[in-house]
Amino acid sequence: MSMNLRKVARSLGLLFVGIVLVSPAILFFLWMISLSLKFEVDNAAYPPILIPERFAWKNYTGVFESNRFGLFFLNSVIVTGAATGLALLIGVPAGYGIARMKATKAAVVVLIARMTPGLSYLIPLFLLFQWLGLMGTLLPQIIAHLVITVPIVIWIMIGYFETTPLELEEAAVIDGANRWDVFRHIALPIAKPGITVAFILAVIFSWNNFVFGVVLAGRETRTLPVAVYNMLSFEQLSWGPLAAAALIVTLPVLVLTIVAQRQIVAGLTAGAVKGG
Amino acid sequence: MATIAERQVTPATEPAPAPDASPKSLYWPFVVPAVAVVGSVIVFPWVFTVWMSLHEWTVGGARRFAGLSNYLRLASDERFLTSVGHTLVYTILAVVLPLIFGTLAALIFNSRLPFRGVLRGVFVMPMMATPVAVALVWTMMFHPQLGVLNYLLSLVGIGPQAWVFNPSTVIPSLVLVETWQWTPLVMLIVLGGLAAIPTEPYESASIDGATILQQFRYITLPMIAPFLMVAVIIRTIDALKSFDIIYAITQGGPGTASETINLYLYSVAFAYYDVGYGSAIAVVFFAIVIALSLLMLHLRQRTKWMDVQA
Repeated sequence: MSMNLRKVARSLGLLFVGIVLVSPAILFFLWMISLSLKFEVDNAAYPPILIPERFAWKNYTGVFESNRFGLFFLNSVIVTGAATGLALLIGVPAGYGIARMKATKAAVVVLIARMTPGLSYLIPLFLLFQWLGLMGTLLPQIIAHLVITVPIVIWIMIGYFETTPLELEEAAVIDGANRWDVFRHIALPIAKPGITVAFILAVIFSWNNFVFGVVLAGRETRTLPVAVYNMLSFEQLSWGPLAAAALIVTLPVLVLTIVAQRQIVAGLTAGAVKGG
Repeated sequence: MATIAERQVTPATEPAPAPDASPKSLYWPFVVPAVAVVGSVIVFPWVFTVWMSLHEWTVGGARRFAGLSNYLRLASDERFLTSVGHTLVYTILAVVLPLIFGTLAALIFNSRLPFRGVLRGVFVMPMMATPVAVALVWTMMFHPQLGVLNYLLSLVGIGPQAWVFNPSTVIPSLVLVETWQWTPLVMLIVLGGLAAIPTEPYESASIDGATILQQFRYITLPMIAPFLMVAVIIRTIDALKSFDIIYAITQGGPGTASETINLYLYSVAFAYYDVGYGSAIAVVFFAIVIALSLLMLHLRQRTKWMDVQA
């Protein structure tokens, strides 16, 4: 009996410690929601108000109603979608090839690409895009985002294909299948969980990217992180709409994090990748 | 766990476990598209940056070969040297604090915590959130009069701070944001290490009467040392590269009090359009990042080697 009690007390104690651990995250996001739902009077109140008497839903409707928000959202979807799609198209086969060739040196290049500060790619790319007359389109940002997504995909896929069994592939080769068939019909289906991880991480880090947009985006080609940052200079003192916009920008990523927590944790601990 | 560092240190000459019937060239077609893309968007910019750094070159202006003069100019550029100092302070703080908190959090997440999955999910969220969105909310929280942080401090009897608005507190304040965001990554890496530790050493240590602290010092710490090293390497690289949070919150200010190398590089290349000089900064910055990474990979190899010896 006393053993049981002690067990319960221990669990409760641990739960308390666990809640303390997550409190910085919870309090931050609660405060973000609170800021986004308050009228300016309430946001300027001292002491601060967590739950206001009236909710300022207009902060959200205002963001959606501004005619440019739809454009920036679409820009973000196109840039992230294209950069992730292209990265999977070329990165998954490359990860397979590198893993099967045991090409350690190629893996090191990918590693160095991950270490390089994103900004240091931008001077040559900026000049190149200007010279090619691509500025003002989304193409420069799509290409620049490949700098993030391609290494993530290759890196995760190398790790994944290294652990998948070779026996089936070898048997298929003996039966007369060519390398491409082996890849498509044997290696690829087994690697689906790895592709999911690579896809999710590439989407998140591309969606979150800011620095490429700051340099390469024009008035019409801003992605959401750049657009929300630009709001800051115009709406320095209206916190409600700004917080609402910030929440809308990061919400897709947070939802993805909750839905795909297991894959994200697996991918990050295996490759420990971060873009930018 | 196949980590960056482990894959890096695998010797290229390692004998294949089973002789592969097919020659390696059969796999080339899989790699060619990626080689083309990596070559044009990653390797070409590296080479072009080095070439540009040898020129006096402003966007729209004339280009003139200048040898190493851009690099010599760096050595006497006080703003650059100050930014190197800022980067070092920022990086050290932004590695050490997440390392301490992340390791503590990993120890707790490794115990029989109720609702472990849910709590871990919440704990990881800051790391995945869009940095600019996060930075905007922190900017509001740092506000000296209306910010919630000074209110929270007042609850425990501490006077108001100027946070990012005071040159002497701006870097620690930015590191606070960075720590909030990236402690979860350290936690995940260390948690991977803790999960691999067998329970027997702890059982026999308990029988021998070792305290919890002794168990941590003599069993846990040596076992997770390689993972801590990976966390340090990754944190160092990311902290050196940090841009979004600093740019969105302070743009390197007040004055240049939080201007890191990355921020200075941005100003030179994209505010003054001095791409020649900017490229020289990029090359030096790149060299610092790679040199530190290699140094730590080397240290990590030694850590691993010592583990084998012990």
